[in-house]
Amino acid sequence: MSSVTDVAPVAATRTPEGRPRRPRKPRSGALLGLAAWLIGFLFVVPVLWMVLTSFHSEEAAATNPPSLFAPLTVAGYREFFGVGTGTSPWPSLLNSLTASVVSTIIVLLLAIPAAYALSIRPVRKWTDVMFFFLSTRMLPIVAGLLPIYLFAQWSGLLDNIWLLIVLYTAMNLPIAVWMMRSFLAEVPVEILEAASMDGAGLLLTLRQVVAPIVLPGIAATSLICFIFSWNELLLARTLTGTVAGTAPVYLTGFVTSQGLFLAQVCAAAFVVSLPVLVAGFAAQDKLVQGLSLGAVK
Amino acid sequence: MSTALETSRGRGQQPPTPPPAPPSPSPGGALRRSADWARRAPLLPALVFTIVVTQLPFVVTLIVSFMDWNAYYPDERGFAGFGNYASVLTDVNMRQAIVTTVILTAVVVLVSLLLGMVIALLLDRQFRGRGVVRTMMITPFLIVPVAAALLWKHALFNPEYGLLNGTLTAIWRLFGSDDAPQPDWITAAPLVSVEVALIWQWTPFMMLILLAGLQSRPLDVIEAARIDGASSWQIFRYMTFPHLRRYLELGGLLGSIYIVQNFDAVFTITSGGLGTANLPYVIYQTFYQAHDYGRASAAGVVVVIGTIVIATLALRTVSTLFQEENAR
Repeated sequence: MSSVTDVAPVAATRTPEGRPRRPRKPRSGALLGLAAWLIGFLFVVPVLWMVLTSFHSEEAAATNPPSLFAPLTVAGYREFFGVGTGTSPWPSLLNSLTASVVSTIIVLLLAIPAAYALSIRPVRKWTDVMFFFLSTRMLPIVAGLLPIYLFAQWSGLLDNIWLLIVLYTAMNLPIAVWMMRSFLAEVPVEILEAASMDGAGLLLTLRQVVAPIVLPGIAATSLICFIFSWNELLLARTLTGTVAGTAPVYLTGFVTSQGLFLAQVCAAAFVVSLPVLVAGFAAQDKLVQGLSLGAVK
Repeated sequence: MSTALETSRGRGQQPPTPPPAPPSPSPGGALRRSADWARRAPLLPALVFTIVVTQLPFVVTLIVSFMDWNAYYPDERGFAGFGNYASVLTDVNMRQAIVTTVILTAVVVLVSLLLGMVIALLLDRQFRGRGVVRTMMITPFLIVPVAAALLWKHALFNPEYGLLNGTLTAIWRLFGSDDAPQPDWITAAPLVSVEVALIWQWTPFMMLILLAGLQSRPLDVIEAARIDGASSWQIFRYMTFPHLRRYLELGGLLGSIYIVQNFDAVFTITSGGLGTANLPYVIYQTFYQAHDYGRASAAGVVVVIGTIVIATLALRTVSTLFQEENAR
């Protein structure tokens, strides 16, 4: 669609006087701003409610109507972290951390050279390769679940965190390749040319010329891969048990095994979500680029 | 060396066809071929890893889908032809799961696209605290999906002390009434409950993509139209909306790909009960609880075929945006 054809019908409907209108009426502007605040507030209320409830006692959490101003306590958190009861979420939190961080590092090690070969010195048919990577991300995970399970059973990797690390790497690699390519594409080739004229080697060029430009991209890519790995449930639920279970798996078992304690559930949900909230707010500006696989900037 | 630099500079001018410059490995000989391999080398680890981990399992799934294979009856393993597919497509539960998957995906994607567009349009204007509202809007997307599902199930939908019924009680009390309606949300409308929780999580995703689309509009052209006397509605109808169309497509298709696969919300909120079991959940059950490997694989292949249809459209949209991005 060229913008010229889009403009044509608008240009034809000129007001009779041909006078330009005021761009914005202040009162409707204020109302629309208020509407935006209201909708934003509605969307954030469940999260605020979760945080508030997590700091209430179980009795205050389960009242109807809700008791907004009940005294605050950290009893829910103490329960969640197993003070006194002995069931600790730490192993599962550490498993999640290991799986997310290690898989993200491997993803970067694989994706950065690949993105280099897809942008700065492109191989032939590089777009085909890009779309191959993308298509693997669109394959539903559930369709590969059985062979992976059988393989894990056969090789003794069931309930082993390394299996999750390998699978999360495969899950995030396409996103990382696409994101990294879109960042590397911003490296001005002239600089590379100049660097190679000066006789700088490949590694030196990468380190001194490319890295400063793409480091922010690497940071954003890792944060997004981290979020996807941390959130994953289906694979973890199927392939891990008591040893390598991750935080989302712990959450699903947490409610059924202990009955319902609302403040404790809210505390658990908040603690498990906290790393994602931090990573997400840190990557806020690049979030959309990662989620759209680099298609939107 | 100079050819390399020229290709990289000219990259993306016509993406679907490969860049012309790296010559085919004809008379150039061994030197050129080894240069080709030097180019490919950085790509190979990622490519090989992806093929091994993502494509091989699927080939196995495809093979198993044509087999009689139930882990409870290991002696009866054999070739089943299209038997598993026949039983998948005729089984009442499977058919119900296919319908549920389609409804769940369509409702969540369409509603969150619509909401996302309204919010993106609101956020595209200047107003006090715009950054804060944007951050508030993103927050639901940054709650771990299982945690979000637990939050909706226990803290919001719970009929006795959930926030929804609690708010109803508070409002009714405000007007001096004690018999506020206290619906049991999940039992009364199980699929809608799952949908609401998912819409809450996915609207921010759509909003982000559409906001990026809005902000990439050519502002000078819009300003010119406004000076020419176009009304806000005309600008939206004839300029903003056509420009947003591809971003709407992109959001819709990527959203569909993620939501078709949804497992967390269905598993947590209803455990697949009350008619909310979608295909991923049923496959998980067939394989994890019934150990019917053949049927689970056939159902997996059905999901893949459904996804390929969406994915082909998605790839086309991404490719259009990709070309524009590179042509800039």
